[in-house]
Amino acid sequence: MLELPALGWQSIVIFVVFALSLLIATYCTYAERVIAAFLQDRVGPDRAGPYGLLQPLADAVKMFTKEEFFPGGANKALFIFGPCLAMITALMSSAVIPFGNNMSFGNNAFFLQGIEVNIGMLWVFGVVSLGVYGVMIGGWASNNKFSLLGAIRAASQNISYELAMGMALIAVLMMSGTLSLREITLQQSAPGEWAMWNIVRQPLGFIIFLVCAFAETNRTPFDLPECETELVGGYHTEYSSMKLGLYLFAEYINIFVASAVMSVLYFGGFNFPFQYELRDWFVNSQSWELASAQNLITLLGTVGLFLKIFAFIFFFMWIRWTLPRFRYDQLMRLGWTILIPLAVFNILLTGGLILAGVIQ
Amino acid sequence: MSPLFLFLSFVALLSALGVVFAKNPVHSVLFLILTFFSLSGHYLLLNAQFLAAVNIIVYAGAIMVLFLFVIMFLNLNVDTEPHKPALAKIAAAVAGGSLLLILVAALKDVHPVGVTGTAFNSQIGMVDQLGLKLYTDFLLPFELASVLFLVAMVGAVMLGKREVGERNF
Repeated sequence: MLELPALGWQSIVIFVVFALSLLIATYCTYAERVIAAFLQDRVGPDRAGPYGLLQPLADAVKMFTKEEFFPGGANKALFIFGPCLAMITALMSSAVIPFGNNMSFGNNAFFLQGIEVNIGMLWVFGVVSLGVYGVMIGGWASNNKFSLLGAIRAASQNISYELAMGMALIAVLMMSGTLSLREITLQQSAPGEWAMWNIVRQPLGFIIFLVCAFAETNRTPFDLPECETELVGGYHTEYSSMKLGLYLFAEYINIFVASAVMSVLYFGGFNFPFQYELRDWFVNSQSWELASAQNLITLLGTVGLFLKIFAFIFFFMWIRWTLPRFRYDQLMRLGWTILIPLAVFNILLTGGLILAGVIQ
Repeated sequence: MSPLFLFLSFVALLSALGVVFAKNPVHSVLFLILTFFSLSGHYLLLNAQFLAAVNIIVYAGAIMVLFLFVIMFLNLNVDTEPHKPALAKIAAAVAGGSLLLILVAALKDVHPVGVTGTAFNSQIGMVDQLGLKLYTDFLLPFELASVLFLVAMVGAVMLGKREVGERNF
């Protein structure tokens, strides 16, 4: 058994995960514009730096230097607290995501994961369910009817889709038998045998989870809380400067976390095809030590996981610039009368298949 | 008593008092959420991870969102609050105070029965142990409760379903 120091290496991993979430969210704003420009046959940002790569920096300067505006009659404390809460809850959920297998140097070993707990999936679910408070508090404290309507929409939408999301998740947990995201990842690949990623065994569950992830992150076609054709700007109508920036940032971090969770649950996480064969090839043909070969595979797996995450983020943006927004009653009908019965059916199907011994 | 326990108890009591004393109902709800968080911290100290997570998901994540939802619609503030007579306030204080007295008197000499420190399984709060317990010793009540939840959910879907001839637009 490898010895794992409680702090030390692990704290570096936590810091790196934190920094990476922020960096990815920053460049998501750039990617969103580039993808929007590509899909609409425009040029997109190209002025700040080569290919417009410094655009997020220019945006940050703009956000920080704009006037801070407080609407009359607003609850000032909660008006400031709202965006902070949105940001905190968005950043908290990346703590339990396994970004890689373990690395070992001599006697030191550590997981490429913030914390490894046996309730990992419940943690993500709990933090996601808290995410709506930032939007609700901000929308209510603005003292604006449009903001309040946006906040109410966000709350009812999140609660409705959480149900279907949780039940899609139950089907995965029935197969894995554990709530630890690391265990779920490891189960999707075993050395020496063919182990399928969960997407093969849970295609219906994945589709339900994907739709719910769009609703939970308030992305088009479910971005009713900030629907600008009906509600001016939705819950962030009254927000300006960096407080608005925090809301937009929190949305991109949520997309990043949702992509990471979907990659881990359904697309094998840090596993990639032929990883064990590659490790054995390094050990046998190139006469590497087992530990350093394992470390290399871990790093490659982390790169693989990030490629999967980026693919999902691209998918989120692709959908945003392709599909129009739902009407609110259509959104509710989809959640309650289609997704929830489908998720219940998926649970029954999974249970039946497990009983019949088709999947385990 | 560990410093963490003291800190969590302090936060729990302070935010519980905040629920009662806050003038603004939205502040009360937010204080209640903070109380639930500190209670979850207590569950973690008791090695009950599953309970801590579920407490956050169900109470802080779902029920309190609905509370906040309703309160935001009601437009409760000082102007619309009905005036309560002094007699009602005094009666409430006396009744609440005597309930507290009775509870403290009843609970101060309580000893846990059937639990010995050496034989106690400290892993009982872990999710796998809890699941085994629920699905073996408490199977029937557990299944009945889950049927109840399923009925409630189907009822919600039925209420939200579009009736024949009804149009939203």
